[in-house]
Amino acid sequence: MEKDYILEGTCLRVQMPRELDHEAGEQVKRMTDRIMMENPVQSMKLDFKQTEFMDSSGIGMIISRYRMLGMRKGSVKVTGASERIKKILLISGMNKIVDVCEN
Amino acid sequence: MGNTNEMRIEFDGRPGNEGFARVAVAAFCTQLNPTLEEVADMKTALSEAITNAIIHGYEGKIHKICLECKIEGRCFYVSVQDWGKGIENIKKAMEPLYTTKPELDRSGMGFAFMEAFMDEVWVESEPGKGTTVHMKKSIGR
Repeated sequence: MEKDYILEGTCLRVQMPRELDHEAGEQVKRMTDRIMMENPVQSMKLDFKQTEFMDSSGIGMIISRYRMLGMRKGSVKVTGASERIKKILLISGMNKIVDVCEN
Repeated sequence: MGNTNEMRIEFDGRPGNEGFARVAVAAFCTQLNPTLEEVADMKTALSEAITNAIIHGYEGKIHKICLECKIEGRCFYVSVQDWGKGIENIKKAMEPLYTTKPELDRSGMGFAFMEAFMDEVWVESEPGKGTTVHMKKSIGR
């Protein structure tokens, strides 16, 4: 699990789980909270290439990370999102606060 | 006597059981030959209802959640029931972005997601007694 969180300079890369639900979202929050307490993190890259499922718990997690990083647009980037995940990000307006990038 | 089929399962309201419930619903609805997207929609909506029961209904304590599914023709009905806190103001609870638990980083979009992915969502609730979230989706043509 440790390999899912990689700090590259001040950018924290996180591998999102296959199912990003309430339980998984809590885990990502806990891990990234801990890393951010011990290291200077200025941005996060969330890699969704393994993610097949996401509900609004995942949205809550993304919003809270965006807040932790000072609510700067672009501080949270999303990569590897499938069409389904992109649709969910769009419906919830996440595309306004995070950068949804192609790989 | 039409095409009807029902199931009912009761399980602990643990975060780890959300995945199990999603798979159970997906399995039960295969008889309607849903598209992958329709299955994904139902799993997402169901996940929202169960998370609400766990976080809001039972406020994190472990109690039973009852999931019922019914197939009638091409209609798929799902209901999620808890015997927890209940909702004071259902209309307010269903408002997008409204949450009673901002400290838990809840997005307040649970009902919005349910309504986006299902055809109809309606709620019965009584404070102190519990809540039942009903959802319906027509599958295929």
